[in-house]
Amino acid sequence: MKKSNQIQFSRRAFIRTSALASGGMLIGFNLFTACKDDVAPPKDLIDLSQLNYNDFNAFIRISDEGKVTIYAPNPEIGQGVKTSMPMLIAEELEVAWEDVHVVQASLDTKNFTRQLAGGSQSLRQGWKPLRETGATAKQMLVNAAAAKWGIDVSECSVKNGVISNPNGETLHYGQVVNEAALLEVPEKVTLKDPKDFNIIGQGKSNVDIDEIITGKPLFGLDYKEEGMVYACVLRPPAFGQTLKSFDDSATKQVNGVIDVITIGDKARKYLSQTEFNPAYHWTVKLSDSDKVVVIANSTWAALKGKRALKASWEDTSQLESSEYHSQELTKVIEGEEFNTLREDGNIKQAFSRADNILERTYESTFLPHNCLEPMNFFANVTDEKVHLVGPIQTPEAAAYVVSSILERDLDDVHVDMTRMGGGFGRRLYGDFVYEAAEISDAIRKPVKVISSREDDMTTGIYRPPTKYKFLASIKDSRVTGYHLKEACINGNSWPSMSNFFPAGAIENYKYDIAQVTSNITAGAWRAPITNFLASAEQSFFDELAEELKIDRIQLHKDLLKNVKGTTDERIQYSPERLEGVIELVVDKSNWGKTPEDIYQGFAVYYCHNTHVAEVADIKMENGYPVVKKVTVAVDCGVVVNPLGAQNQVVGGVIDGLGHMMYGELTFKDGVPQSNNFNSYQLIRINQTPHVDVHFIKSDIAPTGLGEPTLPPVGAAVANAIYAATGQRLYKQPFMKYFKPEALKA
Amino acid sequence: MPTYNLKVNGKLHTVEVESDTPLLWVLRDHINLVGTKFGCGIAQCGACTVHIDGVATRSCVTTVSRLQNSEIVTIEGLSENGDHPVQEAWKEIDVPQCGYCQAGQIMTASAFLESNPNPNKSEIRSAMQGNLCRCASYNSIEKAIEVAANKIK
Repeated sequence: MKKSNQIQFSRRAFIRTSALASGGMLIGFNLFTACKDDVAPPKDLIDLSQLNYNDFNAFIRISDEGKVTIYAPNPEIGQGVKTSMPMLIAEELEVAWEDVHVVQASLDTKNFTRQLAGGSQSLRQGWKPLRETGATAKQMLVNAAAAKWGIDVSECSVKNGVISNPNGETLHYGQVVNEAALLEVPEKVTLKDPKDFNIIGQGKSNVDIDEIITGKPLFGLDYKEEGMVYACVLRPPAFGQTLKSFDDSATKQVNGVIDVITIGDKARKYLSQTEFNPAYHWTVKLSDSDKVVVIANSTWAALKGKRALKASWEDTSQLESSEYHSQELTKVIEGEEFNTLREDGNIKQAFSRADNILERTYESTFLPHNCLEPMNFFANVTDEKVHLVGPIQTPEAAAYVVSSILERDLDDVHVDMTRMGGGFGRRLYGDFVYEAAEISDAIRKPVKVISSREDDMTTGIYRPPTKYKFLASIKDSRVTGYHLKEACINGNSWPSMSNFFPAGAIENYKYDIAQVTSNITAGAWRAPITNFLASAEQSFFDELAEELKIDRIQLHKDLLKNVKGTTDERIQYSPERLEGVIELVVDKSNWGKTPEDIYQGFAVYYCHNTHVAEVADIKMENGYPVVKKVTVAVDCGVVVNPLGAQNQVVGGVIDGLGHMMYGELTFKDGVPQSNNFNSYQLIRINQTPHVDVHFIKSDIAPTGLGEPTLPPVGAAVANAIYAATGQRLYKQPFMKYFKPEALKA
Repeated sequence: MPTYNLKVNGKLHTVEVESDTPLLWVLRDHINLVGTKFGCGIAQCGACTVHIDGVATRSCVTTVSRLQNSEIVTIEGLSENGDHPVQEAWKEIDVPQCGYCQAGQIMTASAFLESNPNPNKSEIRSAMQGNLCRCASYNSIEKAIEVAANKIK
């Protein structure tokens, strides 16, 4: 918890107001400093008069007509923060939502850090500071009105941007905004009582809805500039191969192709001089090999020109296949070399004294992100500046790397963000931004670099395959020990995950991780690690309950009892809140009371600060499991925007379900075996269950929803399939168990 | 390069492109109508759906040379003021998440309702299965089409 003086300090430090020449008031604040949990007061006092507007990246503008514009700096990847975060400001500002206009601000990437979308953090971190910002602006407007009337501030009331006094006189914000802009920023503001909220908790449509449904340019791929050319980059067919030589004679015959160039020198030089810093690279190393780039006057010519290139490739590292990955993961999971993230009690003793031990292993596969908008970026490098425009979740890191590669001052690098056609973690990594910059630097023209779907899918940064082995020791019909082992390709659990349920609930507990390295790039994919961990672990719990011969709901409740009142500060989840979602989902899903051809599966999970329980209802049709309904109970604290929240929850569940059922990217000699949506199956509308969403009513500060409903669904479905067929599913994708040949066996 | 006359959203455009150029790229790069989206390039995702003579068609695999006498309608021309019943329904239900696929969804849905103004759930699910939504807004799409059908009645 922050101390109260620090909150006041940080509010003073991140808000500044000024009068606008055109009339009205501009309130500037640094959203990322404001929202940073651990913002430390600087050693020296900040002189507010020395701050200029470059220090701010978010603004509220109130015109002298009373119209409010909120410039939202957050990358919008479909998670709805461009709508929900301004709602927090507008609530405390006391204006009608209809009078608020939200605009995507371009980012100031040079002064502040943490400019990213990811980890379901935006709303959680913005909850208090954004409300304080709105409340501060309101207070200044009220102060100005009170001064005008010569009355005490406490005699004023505000509704929908109109200030009233006891004599029945009114002033709207526009009438006092010019005076308010000149006032001191107040030290202290009062936030509204949640029971008085009239924007927070009301469903508000996506602020870009009109543009989306009429096809206005919004996305990276839609961005154009005068004189812009198009570029496509040739990719190696296999991981482990690099370019040996190429022949561009056929490409140069393609009408519309302007040039064929190679890039790579700048990235290579940068890599040789700079120590690899994962914070900026998002753990993915820049490629230092030569790349062939086709420059053309249209996208079609660039795509065609790239297809016409003839290249030969050499093997520079091992060409890996899926069987190899599986074998390596098995070696590691069966071995002895682990890093222990958490250990309680004496796991050895618990297992040696056990009546019996339940041991199960689960396995997942590589998954591409498959954002529907393929990776792309615009760059225009001139002597004066480096202008970058496009869909990126981490603009600050991208600007930093580009400035380093091009050996340009960071101040020269300007990033504008567009709406993103999906992120899912892929757009945390800026590889396509660096390429666009290097290409524009080489040709000194504005350029749009575009990936084909095939390149997007086959040169990805994938969800890594993982094996989990769970061991539970049972003594006198009680779980006495719990040992989780993880083997993962190019990744691992974060330390905090070892403090998720059931940590703290079982006295002897151990969480071990180990890694297999591969030349196939892996990284964050919606709900990193937990997207499979929850599925595996909650499947194991279903089996554990059966082994113990107790009800699976009761098993969880019994274990959660052990955590109540814990003094262990490492524990991430709340046992009461997990219990709350369990009870809600049991009630709303008619758990155990469904018709006899409907089979149910249960899962509960805490991750990304949110508590979720899910029940899947399935029916067997022609030997295949068909998921008919998923009931979800969510505790995310205050539901800021019920409409957006519902979308996130439903989307997360169906996305999770689709990938657990169908998602799989295999490799043969380094070559991805799927490259487009004809060979890679994404879930479609006719395979989609109805998702029935229920939120816990709560006054607790909100937590994110972009990720946490995805992880449990795999287990809910696997457990339902077990109920229907008696078949336990240890390997994803689940549909592999239901191929015609599998049914015969 | 050959020249083609295309009628898009009621307006004639003359473009000079290779004969194998897909309509998608003619719209996006040459006519500057970027509402029609590129998703897969092989008619698997539906993001590029437009109406050609009233039929929902994948513009990424429809070459420009076949379209000389066709009426092409894109998301930008579906209605004058964004008030086609399907667009209205999309707004009412707040369907989009990232929003990238939605132009294609709306174009498929509007052509479908033209041919079947009173569909049941299973007809909706079958008609829309060619359009991927990576954010999985499928429940909302289903609901919005029901709402749109009611508006058309």
